[in-house]
Amino acid sequence: MDKKTSKQIPIGGIIDKPKTSLLNKTGDWKKMRPVIDESKCIHCAKCVLSCPENCIAIKKDGKRGDVNLDFCKGCGICAKECPVGAITMVEDK
Amino acid sequence: MAKNNKNILPLTGSQAVAEAMRQINPGVVAMYPITPQTPIVETFAKYHSDGLVDTEIIRVESEHSAMSAVLGASASGVRSMTATSSNGLELMHEVVAATPGMRLPVVMPVVNRAVSSPINIHCDHSDSMACRDLGWIQIFSETAQEAYENTLLALRLSEKCLFPSMVMQDGFITSHSVENVEIFSDSKIRKFIGKYTPKNPLLNLDKPLTYGPLELTDYYFETKFQEAEGFECIIDEYTKIGKELSEVTGNNYPLFEGYKIKDAEAILIVLSSSAGTAKEVVEKYRKEGKKVGILKPKLFRPFPYKEIYKAISHAKVIGVMDRSMSRGAFPPLASDIKIAINTHKEGKKIPDVASYVFGLGGRDLFKKDIESIFDSLLNNKYNITKIDYIGVRK
Amino acid sequence: MITPKELAKKIQKQEAFASGGRWCAGCAFPMIVRTILAAAGENVVVSNATGCLEVTSTIYPYTSWGVPWIHNTFENAAATLSGAEAAYDFIQKQDEKNLPKFGKELKNKKVKFVAFGGDGGTYDIGLQSLSGALERGDDFVYVCYDNGAYMNTGNQRSSASPLGSSTTTAPAGKEHLGKEELRKDLLKIALAHNIPYVAQGAVHDLIDLYNKAEKAFSKKGPAVIDVLSPCVNWKIAPGTTMEISRIAANTCFWPLYEVDEGKYKITYKPSKKLKVEEFLKPQGRFKHLFKNAKGKKIIEKTQKEVDRRWEELQELEIFTNRK
Repeated sequence: MDKKTSKQIPIGGIIDKPKTSLLNKTGDWKKMRPVIDESKCIHCAKCVLSCPENCIAIKKDGKRGDVNLDFCKGCGICAKECPVGAITMVEDK
Repeated sequence: MAKNNKNILPLTGSQAVAEAMRQINPGVVAMYPITPQTPIVETFAKYHSDGLVDTEIIRVESEHSAMSAVLGASASGVRSMTATSSNGLELMHEVVAATPGMRLPVVMPVVNRAVSSPINIHCDHSDSMACRDLGWIQIFSETAQEAYENTLLALRLSEKCLFPSMVMQDGFITSHSVENVEIFSDSKIRKFIGKYTPKNPLLNLDKPLTYGPLELTDYYFETKFQEAEGFECIIDEYTKIGKELSEVTGNNYPLFEGYKIKDAEAILIVLSSSAGTAKEVVEKYRKEGKKVGILKPKLFRPFPYKEIYKAISHAKVIGVMDRSMSRGAFPPLASDIKIAINTHKEGKKIPDVASYVFGLGGRDLFKKDIESIFDSLLNNKYNITKIDYIGVRK
Repeated sequence: MITPKELAKKIQKQEAFASGGRWCAGCAFPMIVRTILAAAGENVVVSNATGCLEVTSTIYPYTSWGVPWIHNTFENAAATLSGAEAAYDFIQKQDEKNLPKFGKELKNKKVKFVAFGGDGGTYDIGLQSLSGALERGDDFVYVCYDNGAYMNTGNQRSSASPLGSSTTTAPAGKEHLGKEELRKDLLKIALAHNIPYVAQGAVHDLIDLYNKAEKAFSKKGPAVIDVLSPCVNWKIAPGTTMEISRIAANTCFWPLYEVDEGKYKITYKPSKKLKVEEFLKPQGRFKHLFKNAKGKKIIEKTQKEVDRRWEELQELEIFTNRK
């Protein structure tokens, strides 16, 4: 994002648009990334709730959706929390 | 006491300001006691208990929380006020600095009092002077009448320019002395004040705002520069809004009051109630044929450098009386006057500026003190390189 | 009771706290914040004390927040929120015709107010501001994400730091083995204000936390929730945020409980209470305690204190629920 001038930003230091952090792809921090073994996944949503980056989608039908690696920092909580060992952390190349 | 259909009431400076607050009917008032400000919030609390205002009062546990709550309320989108003095202003200093950073039009009456230590409850201007560079509009009042009207003017000015205002009056001298104060009709004042439409209300749920984020090296300076630019319109707006208020009150709202300065050879510059005493001395000296005058700044931040320079440049000598000090430097008002003269002289001969500090901790200022200052100015017995401390046992 | 799936759906539908923030990998507070905001519902205003959460979620011009959010200074999240709540109350009293557009839309909407602060901003510098708001009975929920030190400035001792923990201002050395005092009991202080609800939660049990938050928001008046928020500065293995929090509950170092209108309820009783060593050992901030006899004594003292508090809690549960 180009740096704006004092005339181009709202007064008072306000950020006047919500959730602009979505422009920050924190996924480039990661050294490891999760790989899910679909055959093992029981769709319990534990990984969804445990992810600090809110990377793992949950679908309308309650099934786990895709992992958005754009934001994944590679912390590995999902792998530790998966009750059936369906998630493994692998080196992110 | 209705005189000539005027509503003139015997009021103290504190009560007069509370009247202004009643007419403003703010959305939120946070209150905490501190001498000599306390009667402002006490009077307002009674108005609240009697149902004369529908303000939400927050009875906080400190001045720090007073200003914090007022910042939260103002950001939320309602008119918000508190009042303080002295150490109370010092305690809230952190949040006093945050308020203009968010461009919130808070109005805060300040009853000037000396700052600890030693503790002292009486008047000097050390408290508000310590806040002069924080981004608040500062208006000093000589009388209860002025404190009342300045509070109303400050509200409009703050809401127009989106900076908070402090309206000063002298502790005890003004805040606790009864004067005849003309209170203008609620309907006219409320029409002058108008309905409030905040620029960026936090409580606008349809447009979620992030208020008070972290700005680092890449944006903080831009936000501060906006404040510097934003302050530039205040002097003009003060004059414009003052004219509107004149239509209601019949009084004038100059940036400063000049008293017999047009042909004066020696001009004394002094803030607030002391100007009243000084005017009496001017009367006496004029009768003796001495060309002296008084200039009383009202709008102190922003400082009207050019306008004040024009009003005093013809004099031979200027005496500046500060009711606060700046250890190791010229005190605030003297510094500003020196800057005013030196930045606008355009090669012309300029008056000397002599600096006097007086009245710290409520030390009385007598007419003889002012006479002796005028005498030294008129008889070339001053030293522009030094500060003279008046009325202290040396 | 809400299921994990339902909570996950609720959080993702609400989008109140977005991705892209600059908190450390494995940080606990994003889950805490999302869960609390899900319980608050659609109309919520957030006040945030200075700290990790505030700093990492709002680096200009980026904000993680999808709801109205304000940060004032370090110690005044509660007082700032009192101001916002008072402004809301004032608007509710006004004739609609006198209100600007946002006020008209706000009128008759039920809005929840929540403050977030770390333990530094809550137990220490913000305690007075919090106490004032609790005493006034302001209608808000205060959530402390408790990581037991000033983590935003790099792990300095707070009054929430556990006995024996090594921080940069009370570091473990030859003479002094880290913090030499016990933790302050924040919730007892909160309770002394006779407020309707206080609770202790932890990040590993978000369903329990959600239920507590829902209860807290349902109360008229203030509520305080202290939530264990494990931190990389505890020097734990990557990915063990939830695990260490779970051990904290299983050792009863961090019991999960609530006090609802004066009645204590322990919301989780471990089937087997583990030794506190199990909680201390995986953390680098306690590793010096396992090296000598002096350290062993601190571990023993910690165990004693954990036992005392756990027993006290059980007794309070019985006492406050007697007929």
